[in-house]
Amino acid sequence: MVGKRVIFKNKGLPYLLMAPEVILVLLFFIFPATQALLQALFREDAFGISRVFVGLDNFRRALRDPLYVRSIQTTILFAISVAGSTMAIALFLSSIANNITKRSIIYKTIIIAPYAVAPLVAGIMWFFLFSPAVGVISYGLRDFGIRWNHTIVPGHAFFLVILAASWQRIAYNFLFYLGGMQSIPDSLVESAAIDGASPVTRFWRIVFPLLSPTTFFLLIMNFIYTFFETFPIIHQLTQGGPSNATATMVYRIYRDGFRGLDFGGSAAQSVILMAFVVTVVALQFRFVERKVVY
Amino acid sequence: MRKGIFVGFLVLVVPLMVFMACAPEAVVDEDVPLEIQMWIGLGGELGQRIEEMAAEFNAMQDRYIVSVVEQGDYEEAMTSAIAAYRAGNQPHILQVYEVGTGTFMGTRQVIKPVYELMAEAGMPMNPDDYLSQVTAYYSDLEGNMLSFPFNSSTPIFYYNVDAFVEAGLDPDNPPQTWPEVEEAARALVATGNYSAGFTFQWPSWTQMETFSAWHDVPLGTRANGMLGWDTELVFNDDVRVQHLQALVDWQAEGLFQYGGRRGDAGPLFTSGDVPMYIASSAAYAGIARTADFEFSAGFLPYWPNVEGAPQNSIIGGGSLWVMGGHTEPEYEGIAEFFAYLSSPEVQAEWHQFSGYLPITYAAWDLSRDQGFYDRIPIHNTAIEQITLNEPTENSRGLRFGMFPQIRNVILDGMEGALTGEMTPQRALDQAVSRGNELLREFEQTVR
Repeated sequence: MVGKRVIFKNKGLPYLLMAPEVILVLLFFIFPATQALLQALFREDAFGISRVFVGLDNFRRALRDPLYVRSIQTTILFAISVAGSTMAIALFLSSIANNITKRSIIYKTIIIAPYAVAPLVAGIMWFFLFSPAVGVISYGLRDFGIRWNHTIVPGHAFFLVILAASWQRIAYNFLFYLGGMQSIPDSLVESAAIDGASPVTRFWRIVFPLLSPTTFFLLIMNFIYTFFETFPIIHQLTQGGPSNATATMVYRIYRDGFRGLDFGGSAAQSVILMAFVVTVVALQFRFVERKVVY
Repeated sequence: MRKGIFVGFLVLVVPLMVFMACAPEAVVDEDVPLEIQMWIGLGGELGQRIEEMAAEFNAMQDRYIVSVVEQGDYEEAMTSAIAAYRAGNQPHILQVYEVGTGTFMGTRQVIKPVYELMAEAGMPMNPDDYLSQVTAYYSDLEGNMLSFPFNSSTPIFYYNVDAFVEAGLDPDNPPQTWPEVEEAARALVATGNYSAGFTFQWPSWTQMETFSAWHDVPLGTRANGMLGWDTELVFNDDVRVQHLQALVDWQAEGLFQYGGRRGDAGPLFTSGDVPMYIASSAAYAGIARTADFEFSAGFLPYWPNVEGAPQNSIIGGGSLWVMGGHTEPEYEGIAEFFAYLSSPEVQAEWHQFSGYLPITYAAWDLSRDQGFYDRIPIHNTAIEQITLNEPTENSRGLRFGMFPQIRNVILDGMEGALTGEMTPQRALDQAVSRGNELLREFEQTVR
């Protein structure tokens, strides 16, 4: 890429133009992050009356807690499941939608619609569908010999939060995949077809590799989504239970901090989560991005 | 885009800053009634009824206006109030659930003890007027009430009368012991019409906290924390392990169905799917509204091999805390409001409307005279159950710091056993040691 230098005559103007962005970043990112870092070094009562400096004790306490270590595992498993299933399904749906010429807008709208549903509302909807007491699906499952009870069967609970989170996320993935596919020149696919490549071969040898930047982008976005934004769904469906089977790292931060009023411990956990996310994304850029063809 | 943000900043933030700079300081004016903020953790009909009670009080006099703000559930109300306290604009009155008692008692400077408030306003409270099983939970060692018990309930044993008749069980003699519950559950499930024999709500409250008081065994040392913050949890003995093991076995046999950590088990009972249900006495109104079968309630079941059972059950629900940092005239207003709330008529009406326990003997007597217990005997069952015996150290109440988290630890333990991840003994051992770590941490912040 050729660099382009813009030279301002007025020395103050660039700073003025930068200011809104800088202020926003300072106000909504740097300031809270510093607060979290500081708070993680203290132990205090709920009302903030006694405040004791404890150094790295809050971090030590979190990392020594077997349940916290388990929540890291849960988060990773959850992220891989959600990212994997949504990307696979979205890729499948968009490759079909891309070939539909008549009234494709109807199909697209239907597939994108879940994205417009607030996560909390989605959580309530799945809660009612699967509620062991009143759920339509849980009653239906009885006919297949499955006694659905996500309040006590960890597998059921984990499946349910993956289902609810993925359902919402497919729309987002679908949009990007569809956009990616539409930007692939028809000539490439057509010339492969003339050479005798089957539709499946054309997809895997031409379309999929050309989508790799999209896939990489979605992989990162989906991971970040499961790390942070799945909170309302988990809160609505399982509250992290049963027996912590669905307690992800962000849910534990909420539970210890806002329910348990352990602000120091909760702040330490959020710093750990921040470090964790930065590491995961850095690793993805290091190892996965190599396979991406721009 | 950038310009948009900048313009947005100008449009939104600048007027806000100007507005905040112009906000006038609160002016005390004799003619204007003082506002008393009350934050509650109840919604729906109960929340509405509290608003009506405040409105009645406001109409009775013109010096104070009590304004009720619904703040979500108990946990949310407590968290909001704590955040408000840290920001220096806490409400005057806050409804806190029983689990939060330790948090507020541990930091005495943030509260105004209710007995002190009433004495200073010239309306001292006589502890003998109040049901000691209710007030003990919220009193210090000298019997001084620190918070105002407003809505207390206790778990009782509901059962589906129609189902009992169908299964050939005597609906007038509900099971009294756990082995009898087991037998009844087996008979009910054998009819093929029920997916399980029994369920319960709030597992830690009904199956661990109340269970322990009912069997006269301690949840923690030092009279369950009432004697000091150096209390240690001890709920991993044979009595509790035996009970958890029984629940695990009954779940495997299909006699028991777990219904979640909170009140989510309710529909299992009201839909007629599970015919026995341990739940709060205040759940009565909701069950009566939704169940299309006849139901009744009895005492909680107990294990006959445990000496001292049944003792008395303990309460749960909310009490009203007065927050510190307000002015003298405001405290006088709060005292008047509390005097109004504890009058026999208001108490009896609230008790009969909500199903929460009456807090004064006068209100209990009044309700009896009004024939309330002849109409709905279940409510008397609950009062008889909490007053069954003089409370012991194990059945007076619970006072643990970080109790909201300890309750989660207990639930983790129970669910750990019920999911089959570990044996009941190991699950409870683990819960005890994790809970004790939390207690020690709390002890550090109190000192």
